[in-house]
Amino acid sequence: MTIPPPDETTHAMAFTPEDLPTAASFFQPHRILLMIIFAGIVLSAAWFMRWDWLPQYLPKLGWGIVVTLAMLFSTAFLGFLFAVPLGLVQVTGPWPLKLLASGFCTVIRGTPLLLQLWLLYYGLGSLFPQFPEIRNSFLWPYLRESWPYGVAALTISFAAYEGEVMRGAFAGVPAGELEAGRAFGMSRWTVFRHIWLPRAIHRALPTLNGETVLQLKSTPLVATITVIDVYAVISKVRQDTYLTYEPLLLLALIYMCLTGILVILFRKLENRIPTRGA
Amino acid sequence: MPHEKENQGNCFHASNSDVSRDGDSLFMTGEAQAIAVTDLHKRFGPLEVLKGVSLTASQGDVIAIIGGSGSGKSTLLRCINMLELPSAGSVSIHGETIAMKKDGRGGLMPSNRKQVERLRAQLGMVFQSFNLWQHMTILQNVIEAPVHVLGRPKDEAIATAETLLRRVGLYEKRDAYPAFLSGGQQQRAAIARALAIQPLVMLFDEPTSALDPELVGEVLSVIRDIASEKRTMILVTHEMKFAREVSNHIVFLSQGKIEEQGSPDQIFGDPRSERLKRFISSIH
Repeated sequence: MTIPPPDETTHAMAFTPEDLPTAASFFQPHRILLMIIFAGIVLSAAWFMRWDWLPQYLPKLGWGIVVTLAMLFSTAFLGFLFAVPLGLVQVTGPWPLKLLASGFCTVIRGTPLLLQLWLLYYGLGSLFPQFPEIRNSFLWPYLRESWPYGVAALTISFAAYEGEVMRGAFAGVPAGELEAGRAFGMSRWTVFRHIWLPRAIHRALPTLNGETVLQLKSTPLVATITVIDVYAVISKVRQDTYLTYEPLLLLALIYMCLTGILVILFRKLENRIPTRGA
Repeated sequence: MPHEKENQGNCFHASNSDVSRDGDSLFMTGEAQAIAVTDLHKRFGPLEVLKGVSLTASQGDVIAIIGGSGSGKSTLLRCINMLELPSAGSVSIHGETIAMKKDGRGGLMPSNRKQVERLRAQLGMVFQSFNLWQHMTILQNVIEAPVHVLGRPKDEAIATAETLLRRVGLYEKRDAYPAFLSGGQQQRAAIARALAIQPLVMLFDEPTSALDPELVGEVLSVIRDIASEKRTMILVTHEMKFAREVSNHIVFLSQGKIEEQGSPDQIFGDPRSERLKRFISSIH
């Protein structure tokens, strides 16, 4: 007479309502001290450092942030679309597909993203113009630009990492729940769409959160192939003003804010289906 | 779709529709037999778990399958809705034989997946480990199959589900997720989910075996309630007292064969075979 272990996606970082800070919890001695120190750092940074260049570059910075976010969301979205089949065939696919998918994940995860990016941009990108068919195709205006190569490299990388995550998530959905779906007359497709996939995504959300944050911090690599994201704008500031710390500190702050927003968004998603902590 | 039925089932269905209900099981009338299992074999590799089992359930029958662990009783139940594919033999549901073909590895597989899906939707299965869908609320669990398999309108399904949840005493928990319920509550929700498709037959696969002893009673009383409305049920169970109380026919499986079967009083009061005697004395 044993109860089967409850199957929930529990993870150390899950927010429960009790974890959220209340107003009173901010006024504890150690927190007050930390807040004073932090305020001191911010004030002295504002007072002693040079920020007069900032207003001039604000529009460019804003556009850079937009480009960074566009890179992040488009590649995370596209990458995830590829990751679902990549994970699925590794769990249930016929062996040639399984081999292909796990080979893809291994190769991409085993090589630096910078290398992949440069292979695509400097390698493939320099091959394309040699073919008149490509030069004359409707794709050429895009293939002449640098951002499609950035999107492609980041998408491929995200797909490979997420493919592994989704493989684990698909494999981890209890067989009994899929069996229950079949027992009630669901077709394979209905079982996949209504049970397997949503269950797997929910299980994978905490990992997806982390991977998306990592992806955000992979986006500056596209600056090396002349895409002007927020990192490229800051580099330009450094070249123009010969300042080092101020632009870089601002860049750090921007990435931290973006990360914070991402984490909060994912927490909201995760908490849509409450899980019982164990 | 005549090709979906095996010839045997089909012609007898046509010519013997007036044969009485308790007639020879070979001459299935179709309408009378909710479930007919004929000479079912199941092998897992070299191990033969079922060695030719035949079983019929008429409308309103409550059949309890008992036997020691490893006797094949769960496998038999799972073969009825093809969650386990039999190695040989046939299964008919409401007179319609599930069309099977050889799978090339010495076993059988359904030759028409759509038929299996359609017939499964007439069988309400309750599992030992509940198998509620953890990412859905209790209400969503109950309306899932009616809406997405049977295509019922959602508001209608919700109304039915709420009635069923009231009946199993879980109306207040309809918006809770399964992980927040006790085992007994989860199993009662799973029973409501199975009833929601208005099944021809309810299949229970050791519904109380995964429960703490103090939670068994609440689940049994729900099953008793369903049995009392003359719903056809096949029940694999270890609860002998309960089996004797609710069923009208008991099948004792031993080593993959039906060792003995009969009315509850006959099985428990007057066991014939040595194995059944030993089994009954071992559980008292």
